Amino acid sequence: MRILRLGLVQGLFGGLVGWVMGFSLVVAMRLLLGLPAAWKTGVSGPAAYEPAMVVAAIFFAIGFMVGVGSMTDWLKWAVGIKTPFHHGARIPGSPEWTRYFSVDYSHKVIGVQYGVTGILVLGVGGTLAMLFRLQLAQPEMKFIAADVFNTMISAHGMIMIGSILLGVGAMSNYLVPLMIGANDMAFPRLNAFAYWINVPGALLLMIAMFIGGWNTGWTGYPPLSAQAPVGVQYFFLGVFFIGLSSILGSVNIIVTTLTMRSPGMSLFRMPIFVWAAFATAIIQLTATQLIGLSFLMVLTQRILGMGFFDPGGVVWYEVDKWVGGGNPILFQHLFWFYSHPAVYVFILPGLGIISELLPVFARKPLFGYKWVAMSSMAIALVGFLVWAHHMFVSGMSNFLRAPFMMSTLLVAVPTGVKFFSWLGTLWGGRIEYKTPMLFSLGAISVFLIGGLTGPPLGTVTTDMNLHDTYYVVGHFHATMFGGFVFPFFAALYYWYPKATGRMYNEALGKLHFWLMTPAFWVMSLGQIFVGMHGMRRRIATYEVGLDIGTAQMMVTIAGFVIFLSVLVMVLNLFVLSWRARHAGANPWRSRGLEWQIPSPMPEMSYASLPVVVGEPYDYGKPGSTYVQFAAPTLAHAPLAGGD
Amino acid sequence: MSAIADSYQDLTRRNRMGMWLFFLSEAFLFGGLLVARFFLWGNTRPSMEPTMIGPLAVSYQIIPLLITVVLLLSSFSMNRAETAIAHDDRPTFLRFTLLTALLGTLFLLGVLVFEWGWRMEEGNFVLGRHISPTDGVYGAVIYGMTGMHALHVLSGVIMLLLLWNLGRKGHFSAREHWGVEATAIYWHYVDLVWVFFYPAIYLIGVGVHAAAH
Repeated sequence: MRILRLGLVQGLFGGLVGWVMGFSLVVAMRLLLGLPAAWKTGVSGPAAYEPAMVVAAIFFAIGFMVGVGSMTDWLKWAVGIKTPFHHGARIPGSPEWTRYFSVDYSHKVIGVQYGVTGILVLGVGGTLAMLFRLQLAQPEMKFIAADVFNTMISAHGMIMIGSILLGVGAMSNYLVPLMIGANDMAFPRLNAFAYWINVPGALLLMIAMFIGGWNTGWTGYPPLSAQAPVGVQYFFLGVFFIGLSSILGSVNIIVTTLTMRSPGMSLFRMPIFVWAAFATAIIQLTATQLIGLSFLMVLTQRILGMGFFDPGGVVWYEVDKWVGGGNPILFQHLFWFYSHPAVYVFILPGLGIISELLPVFARKPLFGYKWVAMSSMAIALVGFLVWAHHMFVSGMSNFLRAPFMMSTLLVAVPTGVKFFSWLGTLWGGRIEYKTPMLFSLGAISVFLIGGLTGPPLGTVTTDMNLHDTYYVVGHFHATMFGGFVFPFFAALYYWYPKATGRMYNEALGKLHFWLMTPAFWVMSLGQIFVGMHGMRRRIATYEVGLDIGTAQMMVTIAGFVIFLSVLVMVLNLFVLSWRARHAGANPWRSRGLEWQIPSPMPEMSYASLPVVVGEPYDYGKPGSTYVQFAAPTLAHAPLAGGD
Repeated sequence: MSAIADSYQDLTRRNRMGMWLFFLSEAFLFGGLLVARFFLWGNTRPSMEPTMIGPLAVSYQIIPLLITVVLLLSSFSMNRAETAIAHDDRPTFLRFTLLTALLGTLFLLGVLVFEWGWRMEEGNFVLGRHISPTDGVYGAVIYGMTGMHALHVLSGVIMLLLLWNLGRKGHFSAREHWGVEATAIYWHYVDLVWVFFYPAIYLIGVGVHAAAH
């Protein structure tokens, strides 16, 4: 049975075995020690078995990773068995498609795995949004119960973040080695591990909805998260494993970028997306630890009674020597130290894609290359200094407000550099309005909405009024769509012919764009409007008297149009295009390294060594060359030339 | 620059860079715990009752001091082991690897048994010779910090035992011993973390008694 030999199937089986083992281990230990099987006596339901559930979830992830086979090589190394590295399918002779469902070390396979998983998870998060938008379409609806509504918005938030992280992983893993002329990442095994750990992570997030859910919002603030249903523990652990993927993946990106570039590719001759991915990796490498730590602290507070965030002591222990002293504000500091820089993790690769695509379709050099490269680094670094702007009304020390307001507004400077560069690149260009270009331009328009609504939130006085309203929701969704969703779709359309060798249907691509972009403007401006008229976040319904029913209905309709438009893309890229015409090696006449080799790409992308001899974005300059190949082994691939 | 034809030196260069990036990442984890300690404890620390060993009242600070000494000594023996394999001196390498693992285990026992006081009491399984994890914010931070650090020491001990086993089978040489180097820098790194944790938990701040809280 071929299907039983797929890594995914074996991983799920291993995960199930792990879950049962973990659960039994805790129950057995407690019985052996003469304790009641449940931890908190008098508590019934899933909460009674919370420690067992938590240990089971950890064993689930370990079991999955062992079962899927991502640790086999390392376990062999530990006892001295050498496992020579080879490209191609793990099990010799199995068909090509099985590689995508098993552990595979090729960065191109892993990139596709990231991307497809990301789109699937995007579908789950989007479906949740459609459901609770129905509840919000009219005032005082009773479509969804309030606690279910809370679980759904919390799940929507974190599942979408997982989807974005997967999409970012897809872009960086697929593109960075190709763009710098390397045949793979620096640590291919670690790369596979970093992808597969996302699967148990995402599964735990989804299981969390069915074991009581969690009513805290995606932020999981204590003290509410310390009292929430047991689902919150699976939410914590799911985020923990997805975060582990971020950390390990970023190690790979940084080392690959620094050590595996083609000869002649100095740092300032790298494609601009590589700069963006590099800056992103720096944030992911370091800041991610803090969300892991903050969630771990609530997790231990719940199952071990460690009162980090508990000002009043722990109720089910009565022989305390020291009691209380915890502080929930600490959680917010640790949480936002990651979760604010995280939004730059979400948008920097997307902004890099915009800068990458505009010169190709405007046939002009990228305006201010070095400034754009440095602006990514500047956003990443300033991003570490702004986290407390989420906490202006939290009750933190007042003297922190002004410095965090100023550092927050400082982010507008490097972001402005990017906007000027995009305008300067477009200025006087001969623009071809292909689907990837349309999505890049759409991204700029949407990101502008997100960017302009930002300063009122970063300013203390206005934030006092706007905090926790739908204005924040509107701002955030505009930055995420402009910074990630639109550029991600642009990247999908742009590199699709390179990955598959086929050209997507341009008419359907344009239909996708013209459905999604106006709908998003309506949705975003509608959210901002209802927020300024008093609509709160995370509230299951609202009164007729607010007089925002019409606007809410428009937001809901726009949301459904966006959902529909994404289905058009899925139809275009995954259903219809397998019958589409061949695209050729370089349909966009790009100067990038990856466009000089055949499509779809061979297993080893660069059979002959690419040598960088010029600037990456000198479109339209006669006689300029970016890359030459050392030995003429690729007769069918033309050398990169000028425009 | 194909990924397959890379030399051991190329791979080691990348591995080394990856390892240091991992340390940078871990620094934020341990840094976060230090932030939690200073945020929650401020300029205080728990002051605990001495333990009676027979007629002697032994300060609660003795065990942490002793295990700190043990851990610092283990860094020295780790360095001896690495230097030995770099000179192809396998017997010394094996001896000092094992000694390092032993010192690491001593440290773990010190934390687990003497410091945490892991024991059975009236059929109940309890922690806390001086302080238990549920003792408010003092217990939480002490167990959080020592627990996270002990987890790293435990993984280091496991790596050392695997290293010893591989060395016994004839792996590693003066030219190719990245596995030894990685374990050694990991071990030193975990030691270095303790150098910051020890004063933060036991030395800095004004001692506060439980009764006064």
